[in-house]
Amino acid sequence: MAVSLETRCVPPLRNRLAAIRRQLWAVAAFVAIAVSAAAQAPPTPPPAPAPQPPRFVVVLDAAHGGNDPGGHLANESEKAFSLALSVRLRSLLGARGIQVITTRESDSTVESNRRAEIANHANAQACLSLHGSQSGSGVHLFASSLPPAQPARFPAWKTAQAGWVTRSLSLAGVVNSALQHAGLPVTLGRTALPAIDSMTCPAIAIEIAPNRAAGNTKTGLDDPGYQAQIAEALAAAMLEWKAEGRQP
Amino acid sequence: MIARYQTILFVVLLAASVAMSIVLWQLRERAHQRLLQGEDSAPTQAPQVAPAEQATLIVANDADNSLLSQAQTLPLPQDPGARARLVLGKLLDLYAAPDAAHPVPGGAGSVGQVFLLPAPPLAANPVSQPKPPQPNGPQLAVVNLTGSFVASHPSGLEAETLTVLSICGTLHANLPRVTQVRFLVDGQVQPTLAGHVDLTRTYLTTDAVPTEGVHP
Repeated sequence: MAVSLETRCVPPLRNRLAAIRRQLWAVAAFVAIAVSAAAQAPPTPPPAPAPQPPRFVVVLDAAHGGNDPGGHLANESEKAFSLALSVRLRSLLGARGIQVITTRESDSTVESNRRAEIANHANAQACLSLHGSQSGSGVHLFASSLPPAQPARFPAWKTAQAGWVTRSLSLAGVVNSALQHAGLPVTLGRTALPAIDSMTCPAIAIEIAPNRAAGNTKTGLDDPGYQAQIAEALAAAMLEWKAEGRQP
Repeated sequence: MIARYQTILFVVLLAASVAMSIVLWQLRERAHQRLLQGEDSAPTQAPQVAPAEQATLIVANDADNSLLSQAQTLPLPQDPGARARLVLGKLLDLYAAPDAAHPVPGGAGSVGQVFLLPAPPLAANPVSQPKPPQPNGPQLAVVNLTGSFVASHPSGLEAETLTVLSICGTLHANLPRVTQVRFLVDGQVQPTLAGHVDLTRTYLTTDAVPTEGVHP
């Protein structure tokens, strides 16, 4: 009885083992062919996503504010003048499709370290610190007086701008050209402004003074036409800076 | 009824006080005579007047954001600290003049002191050990300004920058060993000059090269 059972069960088991062996050989052969084909054929890149235009952000830093009135201008304080210029410039830049981040939108106290933090988190392509003054004439452009240095991964806070000074000077050149093209007198300089020195972006300080250019009657800071002329020129400069940034 | 011994004591004390007054008066007269005899009104020593030397002032101009070199003939003392203070006083006197191109009130009295110290080396790598300062090497000038000068300084990026740079440039022009400048206000560190320019950092005199501002 036992012999008869064995003779009846062994042939199906052998057939099954043989079938499994054949399947294993087939899989091994398929894998070998696939590997050799992959080694010989050129790599086919995955379908690339549509190229995104680089993000262009401008930080507008209206100087002073709150407890810090800044300088005393003819009819207003420096903090009010810089905020008004920031609001006007933000509108112009927004209308030109440029994303704008401001350090303050109202008469509030913002420490210089906080201003730099906002600019650094924005990863901006341009940071403009806006000021007003009764001394001098026209528009005064200032870049940081820190000596240029290689950008570091972890720069010192008080000298973080050193790695960006070269780009900041280029930005000052573009803004200078735009202002001169608008017929405004411009002076260039270097200064030690704590907020600018801690920024990790191309950053300049723009100080607006009354226009006392030769042959021109004095135009005060409260002249709406003068303010509009400066804001338009700065907006044009940002468009130019954006275009330069896209060039290879 | 006054006792006899009391009367005698009173007379003796009165006589003693009169005698002492007379002696005191004579001593005073003698001392006065001695002083008059010792006084010599003729000058015995010439007053100390420093020789006039040519000093160089780096003068700021608000109109075009420029620093211009200007020569002045001044009696300069030999002590470097006093010399620095006097030169800076002359510079600030120019700024306090009514027709100044860079008007800043205050004048010569705005500079409290100027201290000259061996300049610490500026290490490129802050982790590395700085070398000890050399005795005849570059110097750090610490300028102590008065609070009234800072309080009355016009607020503005250009005005404050020009003041700081002209002080640095003037110090280096007259004391070439001065390569670094720091500022104090009434002996204390102050964040900014008048709300803008950083007064906590060390300024290099190479930043204050007299160059005309860039303008159209």
